[in-house]
Amino acid sequence: MSEIEFRRAIFEALDEELARDPAVVHFGEDIAAAGGVFAVTKGLAERHGERVFDTPISELALIGAAYGSAINGLRPVLEIMFGDFLPLVMDGVINQAAKFWYVSNGQGTCPLVIRSAVGGGVRFGAIHSQMPAPWFQNVPGLKIVAPALPGDAKGLLLSAIRDDNPVLFLEHKHLYGVKGPAGTGEAIPLGVAAVVRAGSDLTIATAMKSVHEALAAADELAGDGIDCEVIDLRTLRPFDVPAVVQSVERTGRLLVVEEAPRTGGWAGELVAEVAERAIGSLDDIWRLATPDHPIPFSPPLEDAFFVNAQAIAASVRSRLGR
Amino acid sequence: MTDGLDLYRGMRLIRRFEDAVQALFQKGEVHGTTHLYSGQEASAVGVCSSLAAGDRVAATYRGHGHALALGVSPQGFMDELLGRATGVCGGRAGSMNVIDLEHGLMGCYGIVGGTMAAATGAALAFSLRRQPNVAVAFFGDGTSNQAYFAECLNFAAIRSLPVVFCCENNLYMEYTPTETVTAGAIADRPRALGIATEIVDGNDVFAVRQAAASALELARSGSGPVFLEILTYRIVGHSRSDPGAYRKPGELDEWKKRDPLLLARRALVDEHGFDEAEVDRIDAEVERQMETIVENALAAPWPDPSLPVEQFAGGAR
Repeated sequence: MSEIEFRRAIFEALDEELARDPAVVHFGEDIAAAGGVFAVTKGLAERHGERVFDTPISELALIGAAYGSAINGLRPVLEIMFGDFLPLVMDGVINQAAKFWYVSNGQGTCPLVIRSAVGGGVRFGAIHSQMPAPWFQNVPGLKIVAPALPGDAKGLLLSAIRDDNPVLFLEHKHLYGVKGPAGTGEAIPLGVAAVVRAGSDLTIATAMKSVHEALAAADELAGDGIDCEVIDLRTLRPFDVPAVVQSVERTGRLLVVEEAPRTGGWAGELVAEVAERAIGSLDDIWRLATPDHPIPFSPPLEDAFFVNAQAIAASVRSRLGR
Repeated sequence: MTDGLDLYRGMRLIRRFEDAVQALFQKGEVHGTTHLYSGQEASAVGVCSSLAAGDRVAATYRGHGHALALGVSPQGFMDELLGRATGVCGGRAGSMNVIDLEHGLMGCYGIVGGTMAAATGAALAFSLRRQPNVAVAFFGDGTSNQAYFAECLNFAAIRSLPVVFCCENNLYMEYTPTETVTAGAIADRPRALGIATEIVDGNDVFAVRQAAASALELARSGSGPVFLEILTYRIVGHSRSDPGAYRKPGELDEWKKRDPLLLARRALVDEHGFDEAEVDRIDAEVERQMETIVENALAAPWPDPSLPVEQFAGGAR
């Protein structure tokens, strides 16, 4: 099977949707002439002309441009360069886009996508490394997509652009250079998790870069005779709770790994959902997340801050008493 | 064809509608809060009467006037304010958030400055789709100090978007005199960006209409955004709980002498050749219309809380 790089997968999804649907537009800071600060959109403007354009550094105007055009016939894809800038667009996302369909009583839809580079581990410090998913987790009407694998990134972005609801599409900056199977290249439905490794002793549910950490931990734990199932959630809102419940009914244990501060994160939400539905099947349920302090800059501090494969494996051994 | 009497009728309907809302509020029939448009009617009617089919308006949380001026059903709007199932948004929106796409109302926005962003986006869609429409943002003087103001004016200007920014300057941002918290003149800000800007007497519906028609034509021609500063005055409190203690002594009385309805009546009789009796007849017709609207609204059914509600358009996922 052919391989694709994560950033190329994002490019292909944008390129194909721009070609397929004249209502699709893509804009953001430095995305056209410069091709994006993570080199995702290089060449896109040349291929699609005025529908791919650079903007001023004006996040409030940008979310307005996305929302206002989305309810008037376009399907905008807005890039907010870093997830740490998303607080600037929260009014538009929360008070306008996510409420439009409901408050209008179904008069119209708001099909917009916000792409944003998120996550840590690249020495960018406290304000260019954050994971914004929890900030948006309790906003009804908003979808949050968080791919881990390159093939999924393309298929999920295709679906996000075709979706009639506002979608936050999170791209972990550590994954841009990752290569993986291209898959079919077709749209992948939102809200559907994937079992990326089958196992019988424990279910690890996670997303984005942490999927790769969980897979590495599972390899390590296999050597100790612990057979882990790894679920890539792929969409963080809405969660595919049934997929996780189905898995823990077999394994009896759930570990949720989240790259975001422990307090108020989505891991706690998923733990609650699964516990409410499957308490009788559970021998153990817990979560690993980052500490409740800002992300440090210094390499040894930052390395210790994030939940990596070794931390996952150590935690599993400890909980299972191995 | 809109004539002077239609403009007067439009303003009269808004005034009596707001009076009725206030009365219903005091009786406990309108819930939450309301921000009445009384005193500013010439702005909404003057601008909205100049729009073309397909144009879009983003209105504020003080939006009853904008909605009615756009032709939103006063019955459906009153039903909405009372939270009834027959409201234009089925009771989901209430006073501050009404949407009526059929009449060009893309939304009423509860956050100051949100209208500028929404209208800028609508204009982006018109521009890229080569659609000959204009988006209008209504907002108050207080918005001039919001980040949205600077960002949206610049964004619209650099892309030559077909948008008319209508700043209804009623002198107060909520309870605070705007001049005490604002550096320089509001109109100088769009001018600094090279945006065509006009200041208009916002209590003279004929003046507003003329200024709006020119602004819309200019914006529609593709030459970029236009800024109208519409000078007016709110003759009621900011919201239901505001006694207006911040007003300067005598200020309210002075503005009431320039009530847009009085000015329009005078102009219709003195300059447009209508009889007082014709104007009186409109008053009486609007009076009866409002009585029926209130009666119907009070009898309208409540929404059913047991009905299932989807979170997303197109299904659960």
